[in-house]
Amino acid sequence: MRSRFIDKGIAMFDNLKILWHQGKQFIPDVTKAQVPGIFRGRPIISEAKIDEFLLADLCPTKAISTNAVSIDLGKCTFCGECAVQFPEKITFTKDYKLSTNHRDRLIIKENEDEAIGLDAELIRSEIRRLFGRSLKLRQVSAGGDNSCEWELNATNNVQFDISRFGIDFVASPRHADGIVITGPITANMAGALERCYLAVPDPKIIILAGTDAISGGIFADSPALNREFLSNHLIDLYVPGNPVHPLTFINGVLDLLKKRRS
Amino acid sequence: MKLKKTINIVNNQAINLVDIPVCNYRDFAELNLDLINGKPNCHCVSYFGYPIEEKIQLICCIADDELHQIMVSSSIVDKGAVLNSFTVRNPNFEKYEREIHENFRIGYTDHPWLKPLRYAFNRADKNEKVENYPFYGVESEELHEVGVGPIHAGIIEPGHFRFICNGEQIMHLEIQLGYQHRGIEPLFLQKQKLLERTTLAENIAGDTVVGHTTAFVNLWENLCGYTPDDSLHFSRILALELERIAIHTGDLAGVCADIGYQLGNSVFGRLRTPIVNFFQEWGGNRLGKGLIRAGKINYPFTNELAKRLIEVLNAYEKDFFEMTHKLFNLPSALSRMEKTGVVSYEEVLEIGTVGMAARMSGLNRDIRLSHPHNLYNSLTHKPVIKRHGDVYSRVQIRREEIRQSISYIRGLLQSVPEFHPPENFTEQPQKGKFIISLVEGWRGEICHCAITNAEANLILYKIKDPSHHNWMALAQSVRNNDISDFPICNKSFNLSYCGHDL
Repeated sequence: MRSRFIDKGIAMFDNLKILWHQGKQFIPDVTKAQVPGIFRGRPIISEAKIDEFLLADLCPTKAISTNAVSIDLGKCTFCGECAVQFPEKITFTKDYKLSTNHRDRLIIKENEDEAIGLDAELIRSEIRRLFGRSLKLRQVSAGGDNSCEWELNATNNVQFDISRFGIDFVASPRHADGIVITGPITANMAGALERCYLAVPDPKIIILAGTDAISGGIFADSPALNREFLSNHLIDLYVPGNPVHPLTFINGVLDLLKKRRS
Repeated sequence: MKLKKTINIVNNQAINLVDIPVCNYRDFAELNLDLINGKPNCHCVSYFGYPIEEKIQLICCIADDELHQIMVSSSIVDKGAVLNSFTVRNPNFEKYEREIHENFRIGYTDHPWLKPLRYAFNRADKNEKVENYPFYGVESEELHEVGVGPIHAGIIEPGHFRFICNGEQIMHLEIQLGYQHRGIEPLFLQKQKLLERTTLAENIAGDTVVGHTTAFVNLWENLCGYTPDDSLHFSRILALELERIAIHTGDLAGVCADIGYQLGNSVFGRLRTPIVNFFQEWGGNRLGKGLIRAGKINYPFTNELAKRLIEVLNAYEKDFFEMTHKLFNLPSALSRMEKTGVVSYEEVLEIGTVGMAARMSGLNRDIRLSHPHNLYNSLTHKPVIKRHGDVYSRVQIRREEIRQSISYIRGLLQSVPEFHPPENFTEQPQKGKFIISLVEGWRGEICHCAITNAEANLILYKIKDPSHHNWMALAQSVRNNDISDFPICNKSFNLSYCGHDL
């Protein structure tokens, strides 16, 4: 019997050693963290004179408009091609705080270098009152390519750890306070999405995560989609990205709940 | 004189469409069944139809892994024709024939499972609805059915699983897909710009961005008759191996979560981060979107990045192997993985699985060895093969492939080729060509095919994700297992819904 105790003791030390080797993984302040490398976040458009038609024609999702150039981050796939071909005109900053509740705020205009942020007026008053301390979300992938789903899973790993803010993804719409939609919403998923939304008790919120969900992305003109759901319901938060970065999502939701410490 | 019935090509070789031999359907069937029946080294990599005038041309591509060749043959049949199926004599063709039936209303007299495949928007019979899938049912007082999905408990893609159980034991599982159908293949024809098509390829399956985009750019360059330099090949296989490490690590986290092993879940979950963050340091996106481009790369790989990657791998390797050592010596974990979700060699051969889902049961299928693309023929790749076909085999393959990928990357980094600044790729596709591009993604064999017409326009783009074959292996693996073991079986395969539904 004694040897079993010794075995257990050794196993425990192994576990402690592994834990020790991980060090501190969590990001202490998700509102101020720096992302590594050359992340493509909020773009800045200069006043440089270039061939605007060529620039707009370049974009695979027609996110760029001309005559005072602007980029719609709800359509942008963040491929970065415009910044490669017209570096004097467009640069992508590492600002990952791209979420907003006002669709127009996703349109970045020439010579603009301001945080995107949420429109406080538009946030329904009950959101903070009811969900400020605890928000349970049901995720629905409706044609998502599994990249946004991946990153939403990452929001709950030991580094990003979204559950420390009382925000969790739950298994049933009955337990949820809202839904997070990824993907361009395929016709084959439209019915299931509607039923899932109906199963969430009132009051409830809707978050669109990723370019595909916000505008359809590269699939916008596909006949295989059915985006009617979006015209029938109010959207509380748009989270751009292809895929969304976990920090973009977390900061957006914290802003919606007014949880960000200033 | 005996007429030649197939044309033999290699991976990424563009041939004239008219050079594909056309034979009558009966000979076509005999020919292709003879090519694969009883030969484990041959399997069907793509079989599809496309409309020419009022008829349908069926093209079948059989890959021979020993000869490193792909044998292409074809037959022309009427729309709405009723044919004898291949499937009844070799189940490899099961999904292909269902697809042909769904798209072109071609009937099969003896197909054992002629059900809708993905409810494509351009399907022949619009009365078929995703809500009314004809599930297999059993009339019984003792058995019960369990339906799961399309929306699942976790943050994953949609699909419907219908179990027939005897108590806790699964007798049968049927998987209904199609919810993710975005109509990608027609979009490839509709969108004319290269960047649009590249973006589509990146969005086929977001967990295999590099795999699918590499298949597309390899195909596109060869269709244009363009030979990329070594720096592009280098960046592609480097990215492919990094993608393999990242996803395999995440899958190990998932398996640990499904057996309730929190330490493993946390450690593997966090180990994925430095790898995907390296993708971001290199190309600005954690999943490698924007990185792979035809004829160029916008983010050249530098010696500084090489140094940085070595640091990342050194730190990763230590913690990764410490954790796998623990996991693989933990009796409570092993007892959940060993002999769970077994698929035998005979079964995988019959289903025609590819990638990990073949190698888990002793079936050697790995495009890196059999039909090498990019620089793989210089690596002398040796596939990781296991024999038991259980969850444990699939988990072991991941550990060993990660070890292998790290050693390939270390080798590659010893001589980083010189990269050229990105220049626009302006080459145009050649006229009247057929081409097939195979890539070994982390999940297995990815196959893209394209056909151009006399005006050099794309008239067909066909995509096959490894999941196409492998979903049936998952359904097979859970038979006679407890229903509580379904999650771990599912995770150990980690198949793609959107890659299947397109």
